[in-house]
Amino acid sequence: MALLQISEPGQSRAPHQSKRAVGIDLGTTNSLVATVRSGSAEVLADQAGQSLMPSIVHYGEAEVSVGYGLNELSILDPQNTIVSVKRFMGRSQNERLQNSTELGYELAENRGGMLSFVTRCGVKSPVEVSAEILSTLAQRAELALGGPLDGAVITVPAYFDEAQRQATKDAALLAGIKVLRLLNEPTAAAIAYGLDNNDSSVIAVYDLGGGTFDISILRLSRDVFEVLSTGGDTALGGDDFDRAVADWMTNSMADQCESEQSLDAKQYRSLIATARGARESLSSEPVTPVEFEDWTGELDHKQLNACVDNMIDRTLRASKKALRDAGVALDELTAVVMVGGTTRMPRVREKTEAFFQQSPLVNIDPDTVVAMGAARQADVLVGNKPGEEMLLLDVVPLSLGVETMGGLVEKIIHRNTTIPVAKAQEFTTFKDGQTALAVHVVQGERELVDDCRSLARFDLKGLPPMAAGAAKIRITYQVDADGLLNVTAKELTSDTQARIEVKPSYGLDDQEIGKMLQESIDHATEDVQLRALREQQVEADRLFEDIDSALMQDGATLLTDNELHCLRTGLKELSQVRNTSTDHRQLGRQIEDLAKLSEDFAARRMDAAIKGALSGHHIDDFDEGHD
Amino acid sequence: MNFSHNYFEIFDLPIVFEIDKQLLKERYLVLQRQFHPDRYAGQSAQQQRLAVQSAAAVNQAYEALLSPVKRGQYLLEMAGIEPDNGNKTTSDTGFLMTQMNLREQLADINQAGEPFAQLDMLEQQVRADADALEQAFADEYDRSDLDAAGETLAKLQFYGKLLREIEELEAHLEESL
Repeated sequence: MALLQISEPGQSRAPHQSKRAVGIDLGTTNSLVATVRSGSAEVLADQAGQSLMPSIVHYGEAEVSVGYGLNELSILDPQNTIVSVKRFMGRSQNERLQNSTELGYELAENRGGMLSFVTRCGVKSPVEVSAEILSTLAQRAELALGGPLDGAVITVPAYFDEAQRQATKDAALLAGIKVLRLLNEPTAAAIAYGLDNNDSSVIAVYDLGGGTFDISILRLSRDVFEVLSTGGDTALGGDDFDRAVADWMTNSMADQCESEQSLDAKQYRSLIATARGARESLSSEPVTPVEFEDWTGELDHKQLNACVDNMIDRTLRASKKALRDAGVALDELTAVVMVGGTTRMPRVREKTEAFFQQSPLVNIDPDTVVAMGAARQADVLVGNKPGEEMLLLDVVPLSLGVETMGGLVEKIIHRNTTIPVAKAQEFTTFKDGQTALAVHVVQGERELVDDCRSLARFDLKGLPPMAAGAAKIRITYQVDADGLLNVTAKELTSDTQARIEVKPSYGLDDQEIGKMLQESIDHATEDVQLRALREQQVEADRLFEDIDSALMQDGATLLTDNELHCLRTGLKELSQVRNTSTDHRQLGRQIEDLAKLSEDFAARRMDAAIKGALSGHHIDDFDEGHD
Repeated sequence: MNFSHNYFEIFDLPIVFEIDKQLLKERYLVLQRQFHPDRYAGQSAQQQRLAVQSAAAVNQAYEALLSPVKRGQYLLEMAGIEPDNGNKTTSDTGFLMTQMNLREQLADINQAGEPFAQLDMLEQQVRADADALEQAFADEYDRSDLDAAGETLAKLQFYGKLLREIEELEAHLEESL
């Protein structure tokens, strides 16, 4: 896997030149990359002019291949050809898909318990497989844009949970991509549709892809995209429709030859491919012949509807729930936007139209709309559009809670809460003299821990022995703008602290990612130490810039002479280490030290700014004491 | 991160129960435009962390002021009255009778002939009662009768729970259609 180059700080392009930012739609069936050029979003094609890249990775004897021309290998070499890897992201053994064995995968669990594929190149986690897809797209973008990327927005289904989001971010990290933001797919589609719209409106985005279904209800007014609610199913998409058609085929075959014959993996993949072909033909034909080995049959709409109607009905039930959560009635919806290749099916159009009581919007290609919206967001985040006022307010898709006595869940952050969000709740000990507390972080709507997804466990240790119920433990959940969770716990009477970045219980830990990065770099020309040093240098420059300009503006008003002197000295030291050190760890420590030293100043500035924001005053105008 | 301002100050609003929701929304958007992490994507990790905390604080303040019950709770907390998270019992027997009555109506709806129409009627009644309680809270708070305001807030919480149960039943009935 090739890594991206990082340009030497100070040697990058002139500041007025726009930065290279892309949006990547990492899809179940196809993936694609888009960028904004001269103000409009466009999908980037490869040298052969193809823009949709099949999300297929083949681990061959000699090399790893990604994308085109692998359909045949997918049938001939199923164990080493991974299709629809997105459906495996962040999943554990007990969540394996119904037909993963038939598809010919040999599955294993990695150390963290995440489902992985056993291939001829060793055990590959879904994160590694996705990284192959991402780095292929990144290379395509670099070639098209003529240089290394400054950052990417990567889209995820709105209904992806914490583990699935984290896995996606890890995959980007592994591919050497700087992630500007994880963006929800329906929100991305709304951006692509909504930017030119000046009126206030409420829209529903119905996103049925190859493997996932999302429904989001948004309010759009000028440049504000406010998600009111979201719902969906991360295991429902075109793949499931194909499986239903394949089941109909095998049942018909069994009826004909009166004996059930079992299919091997090659046959099963071929069966699925035939089923998909037949389903897609019906998007333009009234009936289609279906042939599989020595069996022939006919698929018509009546039969196809019988296969898929109950699944389409599930999407409509989820839509109804999302509308209720948003407090929006059907007649208040200004528009319904269709996203995802599976919405091309006439039956899906028909049933959604009947449900929403209006014809859905399809003016932007449902396969590319998500990547285009992501490209627009990336363009703004990377700083190419100064003065751009676009504001995205997204939500948490599933409630986040903590296990309490008796295996019950206490919800700390409820679903559909606007992010970023931080919420705290206080708990106490159960036994006299209890000195440790096990914190179990879960996600889901159900009341029992066993019915929710377990995200992480950690211990708050070193509590002073007290009577049961005397300790006061505050657990704080914070969800950032990527939708990722961070949990801290603190005993208030003794100040005992524990902090964790929530990594799914069965995910990859930082060490594993480090090891994989190292392995991938061994094959590349770039040195891992050098790469880390350059990253730290970029961060050092940013921190220097931030603090230096903050001191100019507010140093005199918000700091004592002594504090000012300390920070100035810290800046000098950082700049010296930045320019002389070749040890990324040393530079990293220096950055951390200065960040810590300036934390209080930065917090005071934010505090003053929040108060100043509405009064239209600069914070210099406030003369309250801040000590 | 602890901000030194109360929720009303953050939005530059007067400290009263009856707030201008339109103005609250406008100011919320002004603040999010300034503090949302998307505005800090190119800056240092420290600055990005602070942006997450600031935007989260603004969201928390907005959520608290938007909901009448949470706003009332917050006002009482500011006046030094401990929050009781809906565990308070009321001694108003008339109120308790009404509550039991409403709950019985809700329980009967399951078997009723036209559940949705009945749910709608019940919901309208409960909302009207809740509106009256909100008005009562505003008056009591205005004349600094905090004990009465606390009691009224506890009643509002009962109604809040009842409304959630009505919504849940509605959802449940829709799913089983």
